[in-house]
Amino acid sequence: MATESAVSTLSVHDAEHDHHEELSFLRKYVFAEDHKTIAKQYLISGIIWAIIGISFSVIFRLQLGFPQLKLEFLRPLIGNWIDETGKLSPDFYLALVTMHGTIMVFFVLTAGLSGTFSNFLIPLQVGARDMASGFLNMLSYWFFFLASMLMFVSLFLETGPAAGGWVVYPPLSALPQAHMGSQMGMTLWLSSMALFIVSQLLGGINYITTVINLRTRGMSFSKLPLTIWAFFLTAILGLISFPVLLSAALLLIFDRSFGTSFFLSEIYVAGEALPNVGGSPILFQHLFWFLGHPEVYIVMLPALGITSEIIATNSRKPIFGYRAMIASMMGIAFLAFIVWAHHMFVTGMNPFLGSVFMFLTLIIAVPSAVKAFNYITTLWRGNIRFTPAMLFSIGLVSFFISGGVTGLILGNSALDIQLHDTYFVVAHFHLVMGASSAFGLLAGVYHWFPKMFGRMMNEKMGYVHFWMTFIGIYCIFFPMHYIGIAGFPRRYYAFTSNDFTKNIFQDMNSFISIMAVITFSAQFLFLYNFVYSLIKGKKATQNPWHSNTLEWTTPVVPGHGNWPGEIPAVYRWPYDYSKPGAKDDFIPQNVPYSATPESNLPHENELISLEKAIEAQNYNDQFKQPH
Amino acid sequence: MVYIVGLLSIVFLALAFMVFGRLTNVMKGVSTPEVGEEQYGTTSNKLNGAMFMVFLVLGVIAATWSFVHSTQYFLPEASSEHGRRTDTLFWVSMAIVTGSALLTNIFLFYFAFKYQYKNGRRATYYPENHKLELYWTVTPAVVMALMVFTGWQAWRDIMSEAPAGAQEVELIGKQFNWIARYPGIDNNKLGNYNYKLIDNNNDTGIDFSDENAFDDFTNTTELHIPVGKPVLIRIRARDVLHSVFIPHMRVKMDAVPGMPTRFWFKPEKTTEQMRNETGNQAFKYEIACTEVCGRGHFSMKMNLVVEDEDSWKKWCAEQKPLLTSYPEYASRIPSNLRAKAAKYLPAADSTATASAGGAATAGNASLR
Repeated sequence: MATESAVSTLSVHDAEHDHHEELSFLRKYVFAEDHKTIAKQYLISGIIWAIIGISFSVIFRLQLGFPQLKLEFLRPLIGNWIDETGKLSPDFYLALVTMHGTIMVFFVLTAGLSGTFSNFLIPLQVGARDMASGFLNMLSYWFFFLASMLMFVSLFLETGPAAGGWVVYPPLSALPQAHMGSQMGMTLWLSSMALFIVSQLLGGINYITTVINLRTRGMSFSKLPLTIWAFFLTAILGLISFPVLLSAALLLIFDRSFGTSFFLSEIYVAGEALPNVGGSPILFQHLFWFLGHPEVYIVMLPALGITSEIIATNSRKPIFGYRAMIASMMGIAFLAFIVWAHHMFVTGMNPFLGSVFMFLTLIIAVPSAVKAFNYITTLWRGNIRFTPAMLFSIGLVSFFISGGVTGLILGNSALDIQLHDTYFVVAHFHLVMGASSAFGLLAGVYHWFPKMFGRMMNEKMGYVHFWMTFIGIYCIFFPMHYIGIAGFPRRYYAFTSNDFTKNIFQDMNSFISIMAVITFSAQFLFLYNFVYSLIKGKKATQNPWHSNTLEWTTPVVPGHGNWPGEIPAVYRWPYDYSKPGAKDDFIPQNVPYSATPESNLPHENELISLEKAIEAQNYNDQFKQPH
Repeated sequence: MVYIVGLLSIVFLALAFMVFGRLTNVMKGVSTPEVGEEQYGTTSNKLNGAMFMVFLVLGVIAATWSFVHSTQYFLPEASSEHGRRTDTLFWVSMAIVTGSALLTNIFLFYFAFKYQYKNGRRATYYPENHKLELYWTVTPAVVMALMVFTGWQAWRDIMSEAPAGAQEVELIGKQFNWIARYPGIDNNKLGNYNYKLIDNNNDTGIDFSDENAFDDFTNTTELHIPVGKPVLIRIRARDVLHSVFIPHMRVKMDAVPGMPTRFWFKPEKTTEQMRNETGNQAFKYEIACTEVCGRGHFSMKMNLVVEDEDSWKKWCAEQKPLLTSYPEYASRIPSNLRAKAAKYLPAADSTATASAGGAATAGNASLR
């Protein structure tokens, strides 16, 4: 083929160039196949969903913090869910809790985080023109968009959206007669999730394929930035676990609509004994958490990857223990699949299984601890620049530690008996996965904004945003531990029915709610900064952070195909910061060892002889120029 | 406390306003060209570094104060044997993890502060140290192994089979209340049940073809249990998932439709004792629901009365078996057991229903 087409290739290329110039608005911005555009689509969708998701939490925090408050002023927004006396409906309270969880976990921290940064960074950092399949990538976003639309529509149903908690445990979610939120809202929730999973799988296949097949010359796995390792392992996690959620969702759809009994047995509801026997609600929980637990790491790993990159860059130091970081991520990814039942210690599951899952769960703390120690050691004797991205990364590590340690308590089945489904759990996971991943997302936006949009975000606004959010989040979730120790159950509309919750911690709940409102308002500062910088931000330079990874070798705003000429080859790992002897305090990955004799370590001098071989490789950039 | 919250919010709002005030200046500054990108040893960098230390110090003070302040609202000492054990474990584990979280956070913030950018200084190229890595992999692993092991021992004991002679009671969850069923004073055995037999009066679906069911009685307001003796709660749900939560006993177990669960524990303090200990004469043990079950989830509760065995027996004796309250169910009793059921049925009624029984039993056969 190559023999006959030396000339024709050229002409085809010319034609293609012309073609690309003429890309219609629709193809360029809407049904785009360029990974950078898709990343931005994910980012903006994620931000919109985050505003919706967090504002839901603010509404139910108002209810919890100020139970006497008349919420009439919300009537224009949520209509008759505010009753005549100005109170929030308990049904809608549960709907808000459910939607907050669903939106934040799936649409913001999975799609918004992984979708944005896996798409944006994988081709740029491994040195590829685009994703393995631009078309599948586009499909992935539009499936997500469809899922979003269904979920969004469900918010406006007269019977409300799904309201059985984001875990949608049957039988509650399977019986429309038992719960208002299990009617049309639940149907849409399930349909939306099914589409969402399709989107995740299309995305995940692409990420994995791209990382394995499209690395540039010399980019061996042992030279991959930790971000890519994180995205790669995340995609594998998603690819293995999301199908299980899909099957759970499908079986639940069957139970709801076609009279099967996968999860239903011996139920008497609304004055009638149902015919279903032999199903098991616990089966659903197993299936759900088989995804649900890896999901925690699906949102956490990308954030940790992003943090690794940002902390190393801004400490001007190599990340400490690069190989240990990869090993811990692999360990976490593997263990993530065999700890799911720690969410189910008190479901009546066999106590022996509980013991097994307790041991496995606590093992996962070891790689997590190693990661935290490595971050801290990376800071040690660094030369730290507090960019907003760096601040958010340090904040992430702090949340990861403070929220992570209580996992040792909850993962202990004997202690979980008392704490299960109390505010202790809420405090734990909001710190360790909610706030941490959100900080990873924010750090990533601050750090890669110049590469995405060619402009810098305003740093000072970033500082204020960080400190308000960081302090705010600690003020919200730290006191929740106390409320949990006092035994307050989750998902309670009010704490007035029980003596053990009545009349105590009301001021604490008010405080938490006030902090929630303040922290939420601080996010508008970020939004303002985002939009403002998009239009009027300072023009970025090619490599504003003096970073080593490949994306900073592209033009300020990379065009279609990312590199105008040949894709650079890679000769070294991405963390050669402050290398002794080197002129600058960073040496990008595409600088050969032969060019830096003054800073080479002994074993690196030996690698000089391989450089010719690396340059000669031409696996993936057949066209030598963007097409 | 209300004032403190008020004060704090005011302080915060003031801070927020200050920040926004400063922002306007920042906005003005945006248009002016910034100094070269190498300039990181600026005021902002120093300020952010210092803020980490300020945050650390104020944070530790706030955490300590809020903890001391909150302890008064924590649950009183556990009223069950296993509860005291898990409480001890909890606080020991809590001390370990709080200590390690504090220590690592101190390192994190202190290093951030100490090693902030200085012009002309170079970071130390320090990519790995296998000894150090090994050390901090093994240390947490060992600490965790100890925590897991003690936890596992407790878990194994708590989840073991209930000791022989444990008093059984049944707790049934439904939207949105609990129903307690007692095994009755005569044979102290719970009779069979079938969810298809549930109706308005027989709300737990007691199956009267089982003679153990004749003396069973139910109530929906209080669960009475004797003190100082293992109690086995058999748990089931009628409609959706619920979860039995007795905070003062440190008991929690889900109620699952179609899959009976159980939890046994040994209550050690009567309600009366707790009233004296807490100085609150209105004190009540409570059972809450901790698995979201619908609109009324937050209000689904039942009181638990723990009393000494004599008064518990006396209370039980005062309760009417369901069969006595609703003699019409006598029609479901198979004829060979009818004689045994007679004592629970009003004298006048028993013969009448007995004669009508044959036909009714046949009619009910379809239920099974």
